[in-house]
Amino acid sequence: MRRLPKAVEIGLIPLINLTLAFIISGLVVLWIGENPLEALYIIIKGSVGSAYGWGYTLYYATNFVFTGLAVAVAFHARMFNIGGEGQATLGGLGAALVCLSIEWPHWTLAFPAAIAGAGLFGAAWAAIPAWLQARKGSHIVITTIMFNFIASALLVYLLVNVLKAPGQMAPETVNFPKGAHLPTAHEMLAWFGVSFPKSPPVNISFLLAIAASFFVWALIWRTRLGYAIRAFGFSEPAAVYAGISPFRVIMASMLISGCLAGMMAVNSVVGEAERLLIDAVQGAGFVGIAVALMGRSHPAGTFLAAILFGVLYQGGVELEFEMPAVSREMIVVIQALVIMFTGALDNMIRIPLERLYFRKVS
Amino acid sequence: MTEINGRAQPDAAAPAIELCGISKSFGPVHANRDISMSVQRGTIHGIVGENGAGKSTLMSILYGFYRADAGEIRINGKPTQIPDSQAAIAAGIGMVHQHFKLVPNFTVLENVVLGAEEGQLLRPSLKLARSLLARLADEYELHVDPDAVVEELSVGHQQRVEILKALYRQAEILILDEPTGVLTPSEADHLFRILKSLRDEGKTIILITHKLREIMAVTESVSVMRQGEMAATVKTSQTDPETLAELMVGRKVLLRVEKKAIEAGKRILEVHNLSVTDSRGINTLKNVSFEVREGEILGIAGVAGNGQTELLEVLGGITEAEGNIRVGGKEISLVGAGSDARSRRRSGLAHVPEDRQRLGLIMDFLAWENMSFGYHNDRDCNHNRVFMDNRAMRSATAKRMRKFDIRPDTPDTQARNFSGGNQQKIVLAREIDRNPRVLVVGQPTRGVDIGAIEFIHQRILDLRQAGAAVLLVSVELDEILSLSDRVAVMFDGTIIGERQTAATDERELGLLMAGVADGGRS
Repeated sequence: MRRLPKAVEIGLIPLINLTLAFIISGLVVLWIGENPLEALYIIIKGSVGSAYGWGYTLYYATNFVFTGLAVAVAFHARMFNIGGEGQATLGGLGAALVCLSIEWPHWTLAFPAAIAGAGLFGAAWAAIPAWLQARKGSHIVITTIMFNFIASALLVYLLVNVLKAPGQMAPETVNFPKGAHLPTAHEMLAWFGVSFPKSPPVNISFLLAIAASFFVWALIWRTRLGYAIRAFGFSEPAAVYAGISPFRVIMASMLISGCLAGMMAVNSVVGEAERLLIDAVQGAGFVGIAVALMGRSHPAGTFLAAILFGVLYQGGVELEFEMPAVSREMIVVIQALVIMFTGALDNMIRIPLERLYFRKVS
Repeated sequence: MTEINGRAQPDAAAPAIELCGISKSFGPVHANRDISMSVQRGTIHGIVGENGAGKSTLMSILYGFYRADAGEIRINGKPTQIPDSQAAIAAGIGMVHQHFKLVPNFTVLENVVLGAEEGQLLRPSLKLARSLLARLADEYELHVDPDAVVEELSVGHQQRVEILKALYRQAEILILDEPTGVLTPSEADHLFRILKSLRDEGKTIILITHKLREIMAVTESVSVMRQGEMAATVKTSQTDPETLAELMVGRKVLLRVEKKAIEAGKRILEVHNLSVTDSRGINTLKNVSFEVREGEILGIAGVAGNGQTELLEVLGGITEAEGNIRVGGKEISLVGAGSDARSRRRSGLAHVPEDRQRLGLIMDFLAWENMSFGYHNDRDCNHNRVFMDNRAMRSATAKRMRKFDIRPDTPDTQARNFSGGNQQKIVLAREIDRNPRVLVVGQPTRGVDIGAIEFIHQRILDLRQAGAAVLLVSVELDEILSLSDRVAVMFDGTIIGERQTAATDERELGLLMAGVADGGRS
């Protein structure tokens, strides 16, 4: 089988996809009587045109890096983990329980503890569908979707009946103790004498996301487990021939996947909200699927795709604010178009491009 | 010229197919260079050549998968453009691929009609096809139950469906790509009878194969391809297998390897009362017992599907079984933990599977990743318990690639980009080069070209020389007879008879394979 060169594969195709998505989005904006170029300008300026914009863009991107990596790791074992949403929800619960458990003296202690709590809960939530798949053959797509609903219902129940702050109307916990406050970009850059706006929520979790990307790269391409995961993902019968246990690969890949999804909560729950809210994940689990698809399940690609979606999110918020005609729903439409073109409609571009390329070469 | 079915009636004198100066290159690789060939109507024409000689490319051009860079195709004397397979079908060309292109859960009838339905309703097409199938079955011995579901048919019958598909589309020219690779000897004989009666009806058949014996048996003329060029086209009656082999490889080839006599030593592999029950509750292996000694090759002959696959999978640690197996006197577990492939390899048993693409290799992995596949837990592949030593694996692979003459010898090439013979050499290099005590090998030369067959046979004999016990499972009797010291014949999940190779012949083994328990000795 012939393959396109890498530059086309990871550069040109996503670029064309993105351009198409923007053109269609532009038509939508035109249709409601606004200037699409101006809209594009607002999105870009609002997301990457200022330190303030970057602060939000990178905050959103951090969420997407975690959920994107989660999908990517599982996908190397050909497990389609649709449950990032639920695993991140449970990750939030884990992080919140850790943060509320004691009066944390300092963030350096709370940070690793929160990571452990979030990761552990996320992994545990992925473990049940994984076990059902590995032992009973229940399809992982179905079970993880179901577990998203269960997670969301469970969180509502807990927030309303168990964890709600006393004397509060809103279903949310009390604020986490001061010692569990994670340093924001504003605070961290101040250590080096660099000034950065105070309000953007980007925090130390962004560095954790970078570390997680490296971790996933090393895991998949440098470790024995990664080798087994990839072998199993390409061919289960061949993996069995080689003595690789399908049970162990399914469990390991899904546990790591769930753990990464759960760790998203360190950014959103511990880093930003500093308390557990009812909709802490806000669809990031699903965006992770698009991010991993666009990033071709490679950590570097996933990271870049996460930044792009961060731009779209932050830019979307700005657009909604600056152009009142563009409603919240319209932003969702634009994001959906990007997801559709980069993820679902990938072959629409790829196949003609392959044909064109190989006709030239041969 | 009269027209029937909208197709020009052939000019009686012109050859059915004429290729003139066909060239095709992929980037820097010349897959076909100035190929000219002509095939007379109503003949069977063989095309032989090593893997990578350009046979498949040439046929793909003829069937419209690729477009030639230069040259002309003439069908019945008329220059014809074949930009896609629709055009090929319209020109009366039908192709039976090596890997069948059938819908497994459709019936035979539905498969035959698929893509050639007439009108919006299915029923009239099916009815038409049913009557046509009945006629074809009578005329050409192409008997298949039209209502059988394809996945429940044997491989031989599935192949007949492929032929029927082509005939249903009114093919006058039939291309068969390695048709006997998956067939048992009797199925192959049946296929050849079908081909001969098709030929007698005036159809033209192109047969692509590695097996020179088949060329000698059924073709009228044969073209030999080598390195993208047409080395020769000769009348079959005026040539012999040795000449053809030499033309293919470009040098003299030993069709039979020399085997040194050595004394068999200790019992290394002992199998006792091995039974397997599959998921449908059928006993696929029934009380199989045998032993293989040091420096000995035990051949397992038999028609495919008589338990050989299951035997290989039990020995390789892929399926669980009842009974006992000892390797070097030590009992190995057949159920649960410790019965997996990794434990087998640890006990010194190496396994070359029948199906290298499905089991033996990860087609998306690079050569060096495949060269450690199954041994990826060994110390020489790893830095420590977690990280693998990719550099060491690469350099070990480069060495093995040179030692086993694997081409191209670049460890960073994906497995799928090697030819079949070189893929098989990767598997063999991996399993043999670690000097196992027991080598279990299934169909070592299936779909492998002649030059590589000789090489592979030699490596297996070298391993025997080095004192390993070898269990050779093959449906090729020639291979069994030329390599093994003893032959056991499998029939219906049992070993129906065992003979010393020197004291038996093809006739006796053939009878055993057909289930005649005493091999016709009484």
